[in-house]
Amino acid sequence: MTFVTGLTCRECGRGYPAEALHVCDFCFGPLEVAYDLDAVRASISREVVEAGPRTIWRWAPLLPSTPPGAVDLGAGGTPLIRAERLAAELGLGELWVKDDTRNPTGSFKDRVVSVGLAKARELGFKVAACASTGNLANSVAAHAARAGMRSIVFIPSDLEPAKITTTAIYGGTLVAVRGSYDDVNRLCAELTSEQPTWAFVNVNVRTYYAEGSKTLAFEVAQQLGWQAPDHVVVPVASGSQLCKIDKGFRQLAQVGLILEHPVRVSGAQAEGCSPVATAFSHGWDTFKPQRPATIAKSLAIGNPADGTYALDAVRRSGGALASVTDDEVVEGIRLLARTEGIFAETAGGVTIATLAKLAAAGVVRSDERVVAYVTGHGLKTVDAVSPVVGPTATIDPTMEAFAEAVDFQEA
Amino acid sequence: MPTVRIPTQLRTLTGGEGTTTVEGSTVSEVLKALDAAHPGFAERLYDESGSLRRFVNVFVADEDVRFLDGLATPVPADATVSIVPAVAGG
Repeated sequence: MTFVTGLTCRECGRGYPAEALHVCDFCFGPLEVAYDLDAVRASISREVVEAGPRTIWRWAPLLPSTPPGAVDLGAGGTPLIRAERLAAELGLGELWVKDDTRNPTGSFKDRVVSVGLAKARELGFKVAACASTGNLANSVAAHAARAGMRSIVFIPSDLEPAKITTTAIYGGTLVAVRGSYDDVNRLCAELTSEQPTWAFVNVNVRTYYAEGSKTLAFEVAQQLGWQAPDHVVVPVASGSQLCKIDKGFRQLAQVGLILEHPVRVSGAQAEGCSPVATAFSHGWDTFKPQRPATIAKSLAIGNPADGTYALDAVRRSGGALASVTDDEVVEGIRLLARTEGIFAETAGGVTIATLAKLAAAGVVRSDERVVAYVTGHGLKTVDAVSPVVGPTATIDPTMEAFAEAVDFQEA
Repeated sequence: MPTVRIPTQLRTLTGGEGTTTVEGSTVSEVLKALDAAHPGFAERLYDESGSLRRFVNVFVADEDVRFLDGLATPVPADATVSIVPAVAGG
């Protein structure tokens, strides 16, 4: 069973049953899952959670679907790593990296897809579909394969080659669309009306799917000894992940698993696609859509569905939003790899570079307990860094050649 | 006449039809004609201040009107206007 009581429109407050709905029939506002948090509070405890599986499914009482078995590749339970060397470079104190590269298909998307497809199967859907910038494509294709569902995945045709291969390998239908992600998204939003039997995880099942990102907050709080951090830095594409992390910390306090503690939520974007950061710096109430041009393709959403809510969450929590150039993204990837041994994709580079920028500006402070979310693996976007790193030397297999070419100092 | 594609959420207003044709040479005129032919559209598409609701996106020939002239965007007679819920993606 779940503790879901229904769906509520975030804009006008109209209520709906927990069915295959994602927008309010009246005003088109997004629907949000509502829970009976008093009932959750009465049945959940730290011990119950800790005795659960080492995946997102230990948090089932705070998710909209039940542990699914067949739609589970083991998402979640990723390490929270104390990043002392990175902290020293950035002039920070207690810094942690949530290493969500360590998911079954190499990104946090496994969390949301596992939740979304579990719910889709409960609702009777047989086909798993999505509009994706790559990470979601990987995850939907893999989870559908595992669950024995058919999949149809839509991507922009100019995606990184690695992300195309790592989707196609799972054998589903993969449609490369000549256009931007926003074009793909619009196409899928229209297809949803014509193909009501397909579960587009980030369109008609999005309300449920998005809830999976709350586990990024839940795990961090547990890993910090059942305490919320002071400040988190989160990459922003649609803005959903940031909103759900914010919601996740608050929900943990509401059900009594942690003490109430304000968490500043800051967002990271690439300059070439920064509608939310731009709105923040100009003091706008909402964002203006942009046409993306950045190497951080997994964040390249010019028309972010949760952009306004992300803006609200950042402002309410006392955080900030900032953007970084593509060169800074590459430097961010290198810095994290060099200091902590974690190889992140471009979105992780955006997060680390933005963290550095906010630390230099005194927004992220050295007296705060800080968590940076690194949500995708570097092997997915090798092309971004392959021009700037390579062998120190290429030599003949002789002692002389080595001595001549490599000046290796041990200390 | 331009063709208008209707999302599931608004098909109760068109008797279940996914497309319809109406007169109009701008987005604003097309949506006005749509409301005249199928009363109820205006209330669903516009907020109290008369702007498009923030979770309603309108496309002319697959281009977001926010990149064009918004409600004043011209609509050629053979064009398709799509009304699409904004909540998708990511």
